[in-house]
Amino acid sequence: MRWLRRHLVVIAGTLALVYLLLPNVVVLVFSFNDPAGRYNYTWQSFSTDAWSDPCGVAGMCDSVGLSLRIALTATVAATVIGTLAAFALARHRFRGRAAGNSLIFLPMAMPEVVMAASLGTLFLNMRIEFGVTTILIAHIMFCLSFVVVAVKARVASMDPKLEEAARDLYAGPLQTFLRVTLPLAAPGIAAGAMLSFAISLDDFIITQFNAGPSTVTFPMYVWGASQRGIPVQVNVIGTAMFVAALALVVAGQVVGARRRSRA
Amino acid sequence: MSAVAEQRAGVTLTGISKEFGDVTAVHPLDLTVPRGSFFALLGASGCGKTTTLRMIAGLEQPTTGTVRLGDDDVTALPPHRRKVNTVFQSYALFPHLDVHDNVAFGLRRRGIRSVAKDVRETLELVELGHLARRKPHQLSGGQQQRVALARAIVNRPEVLLLDEPLGALDLKLRRQMQLELKRIQTEVGLTFVHVTHDQEEAMTMADTIAVMNAGRVEQLGTPVDLYEDPASSFVANFLGQSNLIAAEIAGTAGADLLLSAAGDVKLALPAARCRARSTAVGTRVLAGMRPEKISLAHRDAAVDGAVPDGRNRIPGTVVDASFTGAATQYLVDSPVCPELSVFVQNVERDPRLVPGAQVVLHWNPAHTFGLDGEESLLAGTLEDAGTGEEAP
Repeated sequence: MRWLRRHLVVIAGTLALVYLLLPNVVVLVFSFNDPAGRYNYTWQSFSTDAWSDPCGVAGMCDSVGLSLRIALTATVAATVIGTLAAFALARHRFRGRAAGNSLIFLPMAMPEVVMAASLGTLFLNMRIEFGVTTILIAHIMFCLSFVVVAVKARVASMDPKLEEAARDLYAGPLQTFLRVTLPLAAPGIAAGAMLSFAISLDDFIITQFNAGPSTVTFPMYVWGASQRGIPVQVNVIGTAMFVAALALVVAGQVVGARRRSRA
Repeated sequence: MSAVAEQRAGVTLTGISKEFGDVTAVHPLDLTVPRGSFFALLGASGCGKTTTLRMIAGLEQPTTGTVRLGDDDVTALPPHRRKVNTVFQSYALFPHLDVHDNVAFGLRRRGIRSVAKDVRETLELVELGHLARRKPHQLSGGQQQRVALARAIVNRPEVLLLDEPLGALDLKLRRQMQLELKRIQTEVGLTFVHVTHDQEEAMTMADTIAVMNAGRVEQLGTPVDLYEDPASSFVANFLGQSNLIAAEIAGTAGADLLLSAAGDVKLALPAARCRARSTAVGTRVLAGMRPEKISLAHRDAAVDGAVPDGRNRIPGTVVDASFTGAATQYLVDSPVCPELSVFVQNVERDPRLVPGAQVVLHWNPAHTFGLDGEESLLAGTLEDAGTGEEAP
């Protein structure tokens, strides 16, 4: 009983992690499966066929490439616009600032399908051809919210005296921004960018409503494939994404720890 | 021409004022800081001293008036175009840069390529040469303070501004840094303008002090001038302690004014040290004297002639005696004031001077100063409700 009391936190944490990671483990395991039929749902035998030929399925690697291109473009655009907007909202008093502050939360709070459908209607009425452009516009829009929120929190916690100190030390407005403001806001900007990339990469609903007939992103491909039977290669891509994300996090931790110990 | 006026001015403020909305933080004021001097702006919080400093730095645009550095009018110049550097109260060290890069920041922004030598020498000056590669958050408060100082003086500005730079340090470190700052100022010979609310700090370090109250300069002078001859009750109470007695001019005797207080107490005050509006009989004045100038004699000793002739005398009763080591502070109830403060050096303590003892206070009339009778007795004391307008 006492043992339980002492280790309750660890046990609860472990259970939560297992709950979170179990689906990833299943995906990983089934990426080494050699399915008998079209459906990769029951374990047959170990095979590395899918890993040695990840692009063996028609159209899948194209969809991964398209998803990455869209995520990258949306991230860059949303980060630039969102950072500027966050500085405006955090630093300046202007008409409509309060409204802007609450509107920026709307894409995060609104049900995705509502936003997807209304955007689709808007593009249709404006006679914009559905395709990469419409997907990008939609993605940049909802990524903006995350960037603004992340950067604004960072900017609000920055000591304005630091910028005064820079101006006092012969840095003009541009130099002050590049040498002091930007480096200090960088963690917030990076967090916003990373969130944007992740959210854009796996978005399905909004993309589905605003894609053209020939633009198939990876989530859309998986959705389409699931009707006919998902190829093992999808598990391979999913596992690779998970591993890549994990590697990034570990690398970040190692760099941070080394910087702390050296300093 | 006085010696001060002949020197080249470091900073000249002419009719400078600052309003924030409806609040006047600084009333139009004129101030000349001599080049190479250690100048202190002293006042309680919200008196406008920091705003004045920020207007010199260019971080605040004055509502009226001009700022000149040496002979150049810099009123319209942004902060980065002024040869002025500031040591901020919070230090404002750049957290993403190490000590060396913090100190090199100003030099690099001015396009100086080889900064290593200057940075090293300045860090040696503040005794931090060995910590050049540390980040600010790895330093103690005192070390951060030195980095902030080094970051400013490495640029050899025409004027160095210090905004309560020692406020965040503990008492012992503060004393040490006061001497250090004074040493560095003497060594580099820059003009220092130091804002502080600590009167002891101002008197220890500054050549000239401007005492500010509610957005105005109350008095400007050397620490000795301000202490010995305060121009207002605010200065008298804010710099050290003062005993102030409400009195009336009763006549003259040679170079002295004769005052009467509480009916039968007669005091002499040098006419040259009286700042009342007139010297006519019946004019109300505040007679002031510093607690350490007063001597205390037991009444029995005073009757035996222990008090020399020609001294101001007030009878009273000891209310309280607190031993403070080097001196004893007595509070004496007298007809002219219920709580006269007296400091007596602990050289030859009279054992009869205990609470309840009947005593005679006496002092050299030359140490009396006279203020206008309309002034508040409590201005500048802790009891002062504060007439200062709050600066944001």
